[in-house]
Amino acid sequence: MDKNMKLPFAIKRKLLQIIAFGCSNSHLLNFKGGKLYTGKWKQFCNPGLNCYSCPAAGFACPIGALQAVNGSRQFSFSFYVTGLLLAFGVLLGRAVCGWLCPFGLLQELIHKIPSPKRKLKKGFLYLKYVVLVVFVLILPVAVTDYMGMGKPAFCQYICPAGTLEGGLSLLLAHESLRKAVGGLFSLKMTILVLTLLGCVFFYRFFCRTLCPLGAIYGLFNKVSIFHLEVDSHKCVGCGNCKKTCGMEVDPVKTPDSAECIRCGACADTCPTGAIHLGFSAKCSKTLPL
Amino acid sequence: MKSKIRIAGLFTACAFIIYGFTRGEALVVLNKAVNICLECIGLG
Repeated sequence: MDKNMKLPFAIKRKLLQIIAFGCSNSHLLNFKGGKLYTGKWKQFCNPGLNCYSCPAAGFACPIGALQAVNGSRQFSFSFYVTGLLLAFGVLLGRAVCGWLCPFGLLQELIHKIPSPKRKLKKGFLYLKYVVLVVFVLILPVAVTDYMGMGKPAFCQYICPAGTLEGGLSLLLAHESLRKAVGGLFSLKMTILVLTLLGCVFFYRFFCRTLCPLGAIYGLFNKVSIFHLEVDSHKCVGCGNCKKTCGMEVDPVKTPDSAECIRCGACADTCPTGAIHLGFSAKCSKTLPL
Repeated sequence: MKSKIRIAGLFTACAFIIYGFTRGEALVVLNKAVNICLECIGLG
């Protein structure tokens, strides 16, 4: 295909995001009876954040699965889920967030609501690492009941994806669950509403501030096979890439930033075609020098 | 250097997945995922 006829990353990505959303949530008829899919595919993890208590979900949530195994009586460390996260991370890095995560797509759609758009203060970006260490890694193992079982603290106290995809849909379908609503649900609803409001004003507010999965994949951006390169011979330093980046990354200075979700908006906007996004190395000399 | 890290990472990932799967971790995941997780929906 002629280079000028190539589809922009924005279109390719949106198509793949929709396909990934559909594959992750293919059991739509389960919404009617408020049932969960119970087939064997649910022993495999979705690469992106998608609550396994959502009636439509066809796979397990990797963050929920990690907490479930680490907090179980039989095991205190999950080789299986860690291995899956390592594989997704090395292959794709945070491209999982940008191209495959169902909750990421939802946040992008919400951000399209007309409103003044704001920039996020840098300090908030570190919050997701605290959430990862405290709520995903420490609490499910350290706080156990009399049977030696831990609870998935991130799912229990924070996860807005669980409240939206699992909580609301199951509560609508089951009166018995509605009767059990209490203070914890109010806390989770408050977090969900604040998250959705945050997404209106800030691009991918949850991904950047709270998502432990984004924190994990971000650590792989420096080595992931799917990567971003800036050709030093072609770059004219116009700054268009930095201006267009929703994640507020400067691809010329930090192409491997842990915040970059490999969306390709910078590559689409580059007037000289200096930015390459893909699995193979294309540039002979890359920035930063 | 990066390619060595990538190969080591993928090799470790495969070893972890196979080891975890064979010792029954996937069944724990399945058991959790096919039942309504009260914590996930804010009731637990």
